[in-house]
Amino acid sequence: MSWYNKRLAKSLWVFHVSASPCNNCDIEILDLLTPKYDIERFGIKLVGSIRHADVMLVSGIVNQKIEPRIKRLYSQAPKPIFVVAIGSCMSSQGVFRESYNRCKEVKEVVPVDMWIPGCPPKPEAMIEGVAKLIGVLNE
Amino acid sequence: MIDLLFYLLIFPGLLFTAVLGLVVGWVDRKVSARFQYRVGPPFFQNFNDFFKLLGKQTIIVKDSVKSMFISAPLVSFGTLSLLAMLIGLPLFFGQSFGGDIFVVMYLMVIHSVMVVLGGSSTGNVYSSLGAGREIKLVLADELIFIIVILIPIVASGYELELAALIKAQSSGAFIGSVNGVIGFLAGLLCMQAKMTMQPFDIPEAETEIVEGPLMEYSGPLLGFWKLNHFMMYVVYPFLLILLYLGGFNLQGWGILWAVLKYLLIVVLMIILKNTNPRLQIDTALKFFWKILFPVVLIGLILAVLGV
Ligand code: SF4
Repeated sequence: MSWYNKRLAKSLWVFHVSASPCNNCDIEILDLLTPKYDIERFGIKLVGSIRHADVMLVSGIVNQKIEPRIKRLYSQAPKPIFVVAIGSCMSSQGVFRESYNRCKEVKEVVPVDMWIPGCPPKPEAMIEGVAKLIGVLNE
Repeated sequence: MIDLLFYLLIFPGLLFTAVLGLVVGWVDRKVSARFQYRVGPPFFQNFNDFFKLLGKQTIIVKDSVKSMFISAPLVSFGTLSLLAMLIGLPLFFGQSFGGDIFVVMYLMVIHSVMVVLGGSSTGNVYSSLGAGREIKLVLADELIFIIVILIPIVASGYELELAALIKAQSSGAFIGSVNGVIGFLAGLLCMQAKMTMQPFDIPEAETEIVEGPLMEYSGPLLGFWKLNHFMMYVVYPFLLILLYLGGFNLQGWGILWAVLKYLLIVVLMIILKNTNPRLQIDTALKFFWKILFPVVLIGLILAVLGV
């Protein structure tokens, strides 16, 4: 199994779910994908379909509308899949804690493997987070 | 019998093509990355991707036509291995097989047909859109491709065997003449369209219809689609080398020369890919039928006249 995990660690394909964020986290994720940070070095690639994904990047508070969709996306993904929660909204619901349409914390909806807090987290922080994920897989 | 299995499964066939394809796929990704001032992926990236996909769960879509959904990538994989053998045998061993160049022509369409069948079997909107675009793209490039194959046949004095085509070029490759240059360049553009690389990546347009026909595929089946794509990096340039560049001469310095020929075609393809944005489907159709078709037709006439 460890041989396979090493392969998996070297080729994480990322699918981005935007679960009603303020959009700032999304922009930081897009920054992460630009040539400046070049995460293809680590074999990370952004894919457009959840069926190809190994990592589900989720950002934002989970509101009423998006909650069933996250669940559905998670069930449509081929296992093994890792859920990485980006932003303070995910970990603590941040500035939207008192909002009228917030629903549940994301960990009640899907099992989260990793939190990357920050409002929004810098691309460097995200790279560090993903590197930690790779490190866990390599063990 | 053992010979045949060796040819099909190991040397010019499956294993050789798959490994070389994955390596050349890395060259493509690395050079593309350098074009964008990036570092690019490590050498074993494509191998890692493939083995990772083999170990993932396969989800078979509930509403799909299951037999078609599963068999499409595998049939395409088998056809490409066969093609690699058929083209590799005359290139490396100077032998001909039973069939001739028409067999190769038919086998080449099968991949596109399988993309269409696999894409439309899922019932996903984007997949069927992609499948429809693939049909249009095949319509656009197939005629040109046939004429591109016809030019060397005419130039060699109507030889249909692949080995005979190579032998006809022993005094000088077909690219040395005007019709050869026209045919080679048109052939390069056709390969680009057949491999759905930019600027003809219309069926798989990642940013608008998210990989089109491949959208619902996951796990090993997706892995085989990806591998098919990489195998085409070997099969199509080899065919062009066979038809226009005079095949390989595998003695002494000939090996270096052979590698250079292959790299020339691959690098030309990568440069084309990285310097052109995606066309619309009607523009692509117009390009092939209105511009390229008269040009290759002139090439064919020149070949008949012997210029
Ligand atoms: S964590 Fe901050 S930047 Fe990210 S979505 Fe929430 S409020 Fe916006």
